[in-house]
Amino acid sequence: MSTTVTRPADTSPVQEEQPRVESHRPTHTFARLAVVVAVWVLGWLVLRGHQTLALPGAQLTSFQSWLNDVKNSFDAARETNVFFKVIGGLSDGLNWLFTHLQYLFSTPAPGRPVPEIGWVGVLALLVFTAFALAGVRSAVLVLVGTLAFGYLGYWRESIDTLLITLLAVAICVLIGVPIGIWMARRKGVSASITPLLDAMQTMPSFAYLPPLALIFGIGTASAIVLTVIYAIPPLIRITEHGIRGVSEGAVEASQSLGCTSGQQLRKVQLPMARRTIVVGINQCMMAALSMAIIAAFVSGPGLGVPVTQSLAALDIGGSAVSGGLIVVIAIMLDRTTTAASQRGEILARAGSGTRRMRRIVLVVLAVVTVVAVYVSRLRLSAAQFPAHPALQRPVSSFISSVTDAVVNAIEQVTTAFANIVSYGLINPLQSVLASSPWWLSAAAILALAYVLGGWRPTVTAAVCEAVLLGVGLWNDSMITLTTVLVATIIVVVVSVVLGVTMGRSGRTDTILRPLLDALQTIPPFVYLVPALALFGVGRFTAIVAAVAYGVPIATKLVADGIRGVSPTSVEAAESSGATVWQMITKVQLPMSRAAVVLATNQGLLYVLSMVVIGGLVGGGSLGYFVVAGFSQDQLFGKGLAAGIAITALGIMLDRIARHAAARHGRA
Amino acid sequence: MTQTVPATEGRSTPAGDPALVVDGLWKIFGSRADKVIGTPDAALSRKELQAKTGCVTAVKDVSFSVQPGEVFVVMGLSGSGKSTLVRLLTRLIEPTAGTIRMGGEDITSADAGHLRELRRHHVAMVFQHFGLLPHRTVIDNVAFGLEVRGLGKSERRVRAQEMVDLVGLAGNEGSFPDQLSGGMQQRVGLARALAVDPTLMMFDEPFSALDPLIRRDMQNEVIRLHQEVGKTMIFITHDLQEALKLGDRILIMRDGEIVQIGTPAEVVANPADEYVRDFVSDVPRSHVLTLRYVCRRPEGGDPGRGPALQADEVVRDAARQVLAAQDPVRVFDGETFLGIVEDEDILRVVVAEEDVAS
Repeated sequence: MSTTVTRPADTSPVQEEQPRVESHRPTHTFARLAVVVAVWVLGWLVLRGHQTLALPGAQLTSFQSWLNDVKNSFDAARETNVFFKVIGGLSDGLNWLFTHLQYLFSTPAPGRPVPEIGWVGVLALLVFTAFALAGVRSAVLVLVGTLAFGYLGYWRESIDTLLITLLAVAICVLIGVPIGIWMARRKGVSASITPLLDAMQTMPSFAYLPPLALIFGIGTASAIVLTVIYAIPPLIRITEHGIRGVSEGAVEASQSLGCTSGQQLRKVQLPMARRTIVVGINQCMMAALSMAIIAAFVSGPGLGVPVTQSLAALDIGGSAVSGGLIVVIAIMLDRTTTAASQRGEILARAGSGTRRMRRIVLVVLAVVTVVAVYVSRLRLSAAQFPAHPALQRPVSSFISSVTDAVVNAIEQVTTAFANIVSYGLINPLQSVLASSPWWLSAAAILALAYVLGGWRPTVTAAVCEAVLLGVGLWNDSMITLTTVLVATIIVVVVSVVLGVTMGRSGRTDTILRPLLDALQTIPPFVYLVPALALFGVGRFTAIVAAVAYGVPIATKLVADGIRGVSPTSVEAAESSGATVWQMITKVQLPMSRAAVVLATNQGLLYVLSMVVIGGLVGGGSLGYFVVAGFSQDQLFGKGLAAGIAITALGIMLDRIARHAAARHGRA
Repeated sequence: MTQTVPATEGRSTPAGDPALVVDGLWKIFGSRADKVIGTPDAALSRKELQAKTGCVTAVKDVSFSVQPGEVFVVMGLSGSGKSTLVRLLTRLIEPTAGTIRMGGEDITSADAGHLRELRRHHVAMVFQHFGLLPHRTVIDNVAFGLEVRGLGKSERRVRAQEMVDLVGLAGNEGSFPDQLSGGMQQRVGLARALAVDPTLMMFDEPFSALDPLIRRDMQNEVIRLHQEVGKTMIFITHDLQEALKLGDRILIMRDGEIVQIGTPAEVVANPADEYVRDFVSDVPRSHVLTLRYVCRRPEGGDPGRGPALQADEVVRDAARQVLAAQDPVRVFDGETFLGIVEDEDILRVVVAEEDVAS
């Protein structure tokens, strides 16, 4: 009936859509960009090599020496200052907790030749936990993975990495989930915490390191705090999102039935958001694990130590084995939490018979586990992982010889590729950025920021440039900027091509997506290993690793964006006779512009954090100083300054990209 | 429920207080909402007010009362403020001004605990999108209101089972909501509302999301339940047919304001303005109009001959008798003579569907 009722024109309560006021013509912007670049290049031709503010490797500016002094005085104040006593107490507590966990599972406990629980016991506990939480398949995966820890010769390091990751995640859950819930229920809290999370996530992981080391000193506590800071933002965000995402209807219905606020949380919001929160824990775990290697730089225990050592020694086989074990841990944790998130509902819907059966199996397995733990305390063979067969050496030399063969076979191709990118893209860009006088580059970057994004990012960029100048690393920052820009451009191009293909073809999607998922669970450091094998030490290796790290996430975002384009629009374009190319360029890409922008942004962040890590394999510049700052005491100030510079670069690029996207996104 | 006698048409209103009295109720959304009422701005139309202050008036100075046992329908197009209105009644949305009294008790000044008691025991709501909890079985969904109240598990299961049987879902207790069809899900919503044994039930467009056939089934279900349990009901809809079918009285809203309140027959026979007239123009009048609206006063008063019928008889039901009678039918309201109805009057409504009121 309601459809046949004629509707008087004046009854529509919806306000009319405002006409869009601002719209920038793209041709205009391109012309202005071209002018800025032309002026820059002209200036570079005339003035190159002058006033570049290059700073030789071992030389320090006064600011950097001052940072060294600050560090020394912090170290001296550790005993007396109240602030440091509190920090000291916190870090002692974390160290104590972790040491005792190690006594329990991984290192010989005081008065014993072996840990309290031997390898058989640990294995049984892990397998049992995986089975109880996630089912048979995860249990088998955990069994195989855990055996690999021992047979590949890194039992203790692997268990340490697992312990430090789980401890950090536990702390994240205890702090992060309540904060997320709080944010979901109070708009004001959300508005005040979200910018902080943004800042934490914009900062490349490496940039946290020096200031943390400054405050917490070197050691396990520092590594744990570092991991928590890095891993907690995604958990908080996803928890908030999950609670917010609970259907308004259900919340309103529970309110109308007279739920108290606590009942609403316990009976409606938490159960309905449970799956999302577990996804948050999964993300948190992956982030925590990706810090496992970085933690080695502040003397954190675990697999990070052998990975960094063999990377530094250019031992491809060795780094592949230890890095591979981190991937094994990543897969174990990822599969288990993913399966656990889906499990609750499946169990709730299973018949009572199935549930009784499961309970019996669990009890039996629990008994077996307890027996295994008990036996592993009594018998040395169950306490110490058997020395044979020792697979580490054969596996690593096998990997080394295979890589050598492969690298030799394709060396000409890789060298040619590296040369083309280096001479065609990196070198010209780098010389314009870094060997122009500093004021010319600075002014040109500001002009570009203004043309692309208006005055707001220009102000941010000016502040960031001031920071770069202030810490005395202008020239190195420009070199790093080159690397970041090149890697980001490659990431965006590759991910748009792949993403569009995936978004348009279901079959490509089904093939590529699991691969991308797998690549995403790999911690960033591990990408260095194959890049190093293929391209040797140098800047280009850092770029390749950064691209490999950034492409999976960016590709997925683009693919989801293309997939999200309304089928009606696609159908409409098709019915008006659009070609495939027209469909992509005129319908699908413009309509998924937000996704492409997000992909660029994420790609940029990933690249940025990887470029720093690239310092380890000869990426040079800022990344190198951060790394060197830990190994050489007199370079600490320079390393800290480099960390600050990287953060400034990141913020600058992020803001310009965001504003440019917001401004031109709707044209 | 046009079959039952509407309250204003002859039937004496039940003794005691009205179930619900709403007086001067306002809801204005916006940051300076409380600064509008009492100023000349309050008289502005919704569009003008929004342009001037940025505030949006959702409900504007609404007053009405609902009798115990009545089915009171609020009807309007989307954006008319009807869904906001029903949420104001239990303060799921806080009113900007006005009072609401339920069974003599002032809701507007109740504190949080009091309000919760009210929602737990006296008022229950059925939602357009059901608002079921996907992680609970049907029976646990139905028992949810009792659980929130703190009732023990076995007790609430027993009560919930009765409700599941009452709405015809026996056998589906252990299913999860997503395993049921839309109509069945809404039956769960209905059972959940009934389970707390409320004095007042509110329906917020409960059947809009359902297929037409299932919607008709559910409407009949509500009629049946109303006859069985006799609750006071407030029913929100944008469907005029539904409003005419279920309502003892209908409140028509537009832009947050009341346009008309009346029985289905009153609304169809005497639309308050062009807006309502437009609405009811497609309604088959013979199904709604009663003899009261078609009878004429003859010169010379009661002719004394011809069959007598009551004024609240619907034209369609009376047609055969009128057409069969030799003399004009005499229409009475109780003992009072109202007028006569002849073949021509009936035919004018049934065949020509001509607007008798104009």
